[in-house]
Amino acid sequence: MMIQNLKPAVISAVVVVVLTGLLMGVRLEQLGTGLTVTGAGPDVYWKIAAAAAFMFFFNLFRDHLSALWKALPGMPKTPTTLSDAAEKPLVRRLFWCFLIAAALIWPFMANRGGTDLATLVLIYIMLGLGLNIVVGLAGLLDLGYVGFYAVGAYSYALLAMYFGVGFWTGLIAAGCMAALFGFLLGFPVLRLRGDYLAIVTLGFGEIIRILLNNMTWLTNGPNGIGGIPKPTLFGLEFSRRASEGMQSFHDFVGISYDSSHRVIFLYLLALLLVLITLFVINRLLRMPIGRAWEALREDEIACRSLGINPTAIKLNAFTIGATFAGFAGCFFAARQGFISPESFTFIESAIILAIVVLGGMGSQVGVILAAIIMTVLPEMAREFNEYRMLLFGLMMVLMMIWRPQGLLPMKRPHMELRT
Amino acid sequence: MPESLFYFIQQLLNGLTVGSTYALIAIGYTMVYGIIGMINFAHGEVYMIGSYIAFTAIAALALFGIEFLPLLIIGAFIVSMIVTSAYGYSIERVAYRPLRGGNRLIPLISAIGMSIFLQNLVRLAQGSRDIAMPTLITGGVSIGPEDAFNANLSYMQMIIFAVTLITMTLLTLFITRSRMGRACRACAEDLKMTNLLGINTNGIIALTFVIGAALAAVAGVLLGMYYGVINPYIGFMAGLKAFTAAVLGGIGSIPGAVLGGLLLGVTEAMTAGYFSSEYKDVVAFSLLILVLLFRPSGILGRPEVEKV
Repeated sequence: MMIQNLKPAVISAVVVVVLTGLLMGVRLEQLGTGLTVTGAGPDVYWKIAAAAAFMFFFNLFRDHLSALWKALPGMPKTPTTLSDAAEKPLVRRLFWCFLIAAALIWPFMANRGGTDLATLVLIYIMLGLGLNIVVGLAGLLDLGYVGFYAVGAYSYALLAMYFGVGFWTGLIAAGCMAALFGFLLGFPVLRLRGDYLAIVTLGFGEIIRILLNNMTWLTNGPNGIGGIPKPTLFGLEFSRRASEGMQSFHDFVGISYDSSHRVIFLYLLALLLVLITLFVINRLLRMPIGRAWEALREDEIACRSLGINPTAIKLNAFTIGATFAGFAGCFFAARQGFISPESFTFIESAIILAIVVLGGMGSQVGVILAAIIMTVLPEMAREFNEYRMLLFGLMMVLMMIWRPQGLLPMKRPHMELRT
Repeated sequence: MPESLFYFIQQLLNGLTVGSTYALIAIGYTMVYGIIGMINFAHGEVYMIGSYIAFTAIAALALFGIEFLPLLIIGAFIVSMIVTSAYGYSIERVAYRPLRGGNRLIPLISAIGMSIFLQNLVRLAQGSRDIAMPTLITGGVSIGPEDAFNANLSYMQMIIFAVTLITMTLLTLFITRSRMGRACRACAEDLKMTNLLGINTNGIIALTFVIGAALAAVAGVLLGMYYGVINPYIGFMAGLKAFTAAVLGGIGSIPGAVLGGLLLGVTEAMTAGYFSSEYKDVVAFSLLILVLLFRPSGILGRPEVEKV
């Protein structure tokens, strides 16, 4: 058994050496105008050797390992009573109430950094929920989601800059603009098959970024737009000194000024937006349109034969998904106070997609969990910052191999016949 | 002869140069798509790695005192093709083979992950800054009057045309004449049936990834020397462009990929020459959307019928 594995083992070890030898074992160095190479140092060589040895032995003992793996006791399954209980509406409602309560208390418990981070998590939750409609529910792979995010952010920023529009009007305008873009893009491309769609949306995201970069007369190009007004609460500002004709929050309530008020307000605002998003999507899911999305994801041909117009349904999903990205973009612009095309690169799309995929396509609790993981983990592991994107890519591959349904896959309420 | 004509010829030459390298990368997409019906998203990164290996090989050979130019370039081609072949093979083994036969989106997502992984691997190993190489091949011939504005065809451009032509001819011969090429075509027709007839389809699929990767390496070496500057992020755009070229020509069709590549290259060069070079990417993607709108199967592609 080991003899027949010897050949693949040797091959895999050689492949590892070929893969890494020249790319990592040797460094290109700029020498004046010329170019030269230096060795990367013994520690890299040792790593390469270790990787090759690992692949060699892994393949050599592959049969033993898989036998061992099978012999291992499987993961303890959640007891049926517990998983049954988790599906009861009352338990679910309690769980959501608990979650919302915890989210409400959070800014008053955590420090300023914690609240700030939580606001970021909420933005990603909003984006994840929006993309979840498109990817998770309707099954359309959208790789240019960040394009709509950018449209939302820039809509508000430009309106504020040129017309002095406030946050709340801007929010609606940004959502409408993003929806319009989603509609206009979706109209031609949604008749395409899934993987074409992925690339076209990817191209769209790039087009938006390039346009923002180059339409300097409108968007200020790579320098970005600054001084975007912060959100107000019924016309009350969160600054030390209110601008003309406005009143500031601390004067109105009669407390002394504290800069953390604004951070908390922004957090609560984001929470409100997320809750609205959650509510709307939950309602939509129970409506015929939501069911049509999922039916379409499962089998497009069957849908068509049942008289559902796939293009119209897809367009719906695409537009609604884009709208939420627009809201998120507007909030992002207001929170940062400054935006530039730098914030809207493909990697951002990939992160949002990873949140949806990691959480379990279609699952809303999954998206929330994944957004927390994806945002908090990099903050915790600052020393690994350099390796962040590397690990991120690796995780996406491994996740697809081992658990393509995600951490918490969506469950439809269903009944099983018991014999 | 009017000046504008030579300007046009110059843009055409530049476009064809870039276009032929797009065609080389596009073949990798089109072959993989033709057989397993999936987009190899990490293909652009293979091209980028090809460029890096070529620079490394040239610098290393120069370090060993080899100054003879053809030897340097041929060495770069060989080393780079070997390494990227290994990458093509590994990508297939890791990100595609375990996922074949499931939902179509899943391999696509894993390939995106692979693409991010490879890009950052190179960034960590070689740094994210630009790496420039002195021009190895200088000079060229000018077309048109000696004293006035004329079009210039550099030797580097000639080499790109020649190498592309040779590679394409070899590939066509391989696909149409050899036993393995026949197996490739059979797999593209019907994977399951080919497997039933006793052909190692897993091997053939791996072979397509390897051939695609090797062609991407050829493009990487050529474009690396043509532009003289590389960084870890060039693969993303090049992959996107080559995919556009493949779709333009009709994905799954090799002559289509070549046609699409040349068309895209010329369109870009014309946009850059007559309009603005900032918008050439926008024009390229708009072209993709337009083609998909009016002729989803591409210029030379066969219309696809969706089956239950």
